[in-house]
Amino acid sequence: MNISTRSPLGLSPWQAMGGLVRRDLRLAFRRKSEWLGVVFFFVLVAALFPLAIGPEPATLRLIGPGVLWVAALLASMLSLGRLFDADHQDGSLEQMALSAAPLSWLVCAKLGAHWLMSGLPLVLLSPLLGLQFALDPEALAMLALTLLIGTPVLTLLGAIGAALTLGVRGSGMLQSLLLLPLYVPVLVFGTGAVDAQVRGLGAEAHVSVLLALLLAAAAFSPWACAAALRLALES
Amino acid sequence: MASWVMKAMDLACQKAHRTLFEGVSFSVAPGSWLHIEGGNGCGKTSLLRILCGLAPAAHGQVLWPAAHLEAQESPSLRPDRSVLHYIGHALGLKPDLTACENLCLDAQVSGLALNREQALSALTAQGLKSRADLPVRVLSQGQRQGVALARLRTSPAPLWVLDEPLVGLDAQATAVARALLQSHVDRGGSVVMTSHHDVHLQGPGARYSLGGGAHLS
Repeated sequence: MNISTRSPLGLSPWQAMGGLVRRDLRLAFRRKSEWLGVVFFFVLVAALFPLAIGPEPATLRLIGPGVLWVAALLASMLSLGRLFDADHQDGSLEQMALSAAPLSWLVCAKLGAHWLMSGLPLVLLSPLLGLQFALDPEALAMLALTLLIGTPVLTLLGAIGAALTLGVRGSGMLQSLLLLPLYVPVLVFGTGAVDAQVRGLGAEAHVSVLLALLLAAAAFSPWACAAALRLALES
Repeated sequence: MASWVMKAMDLACQKAHRTLFEGVSFSVAPGSWLHIEGGNGCGKTSLLRILCGLAPAAHGQVLWPAAHLEAQESPSLRPDRSVLHYIGHALGLKPDLTACENLCLDAQVSGLALNREQALSALTAQGLKSRADLPVRVLSQGQRQGVALARLRTSPAPLWVLDEPLVGLDAQATAVARALLQSHVDRGGSVVMTSHHDVHLQGPGARYSLGGGAHLS
């Protein structure tokens, strides 16, 4: 077959993204310890607090949303270290950068897969863990909802930090310093929504702000990540 | 068809305030090969990464025929896998996936359609049929290199950019790899590679010695 008569690459960027999600999910299932560790950390932190604080329902109800949100935030940050590291080391990142699909689209797919393995389990477990804090059903639902909106924001923002510190020695510390200020608004509005719900004030405003943060992060983060990853590849 | 698939114009590379090479110019024609030679640390890998658009050149530019890049509105000169296939020091294989999965999923991520049968036949041609369903993690270094070369067989790219493609291969696998490169050149494809082995490809080609200049063979 003559080279020049071959057809150009056959797949759309959507299919390339689908391939990347499938690859990352399959890798996650082959190496369960990595993402199960994050989930386990979340459960452990959330379960230890009621034991340490004591069985006073009023106190627990007061601190519950905050504890669960902080635990989710730390768990999400814990999972970031591996986001691009393996791909960088085994050369997959170079192949992704050379893909016919835009790198920012592939980053979107990668973040989606990452959230499915490290964010979604936290959302699903949060109502169960919230029971220990004597939260009523409406507060539990609101907690799960804010985490459902909030954890993708944490993943999107965290990915920028992970991409910027890729290949830097001792990047974990740098990453936390870089990211914590960005994480604070998400934490404030996430816990604020549950708090407002508990007090019967209505949480629409908080949830709207969270959604706005999600949209802004989703619009900005993949492009920022792609640019940072190209920088990391240059060295 | 253009008379060249890639041109390097006066490329220079600097690492840590030291000039690795400068004034590197060549053009790669369809159906030809270019063997880049030079000692350790003279910038062969850096040069290949510059050619692929993975790293910026300190000076000069890499040109691609307009036909390959017409899909991109701005001439950012960033080629993709429809134009070139790059195998670097890091092979881009996932240790926890099987050889076959590596080929199929990588192709899909690159925007290539590739089914399991095609991947299997590429692995068979590379002499790795019995290893197709083993995780790459348990394969030897040479076998991993073989899987990366099997990926070449599934690539539609006219230009192959290979960094030490023969490293770690045994005599038989080296012969297979050589035949693979030769058949690519014979079909009108181009190969740019670095290797400490003497690859002995037939057909039009050149050796470019970094710091030395080009000699036609």
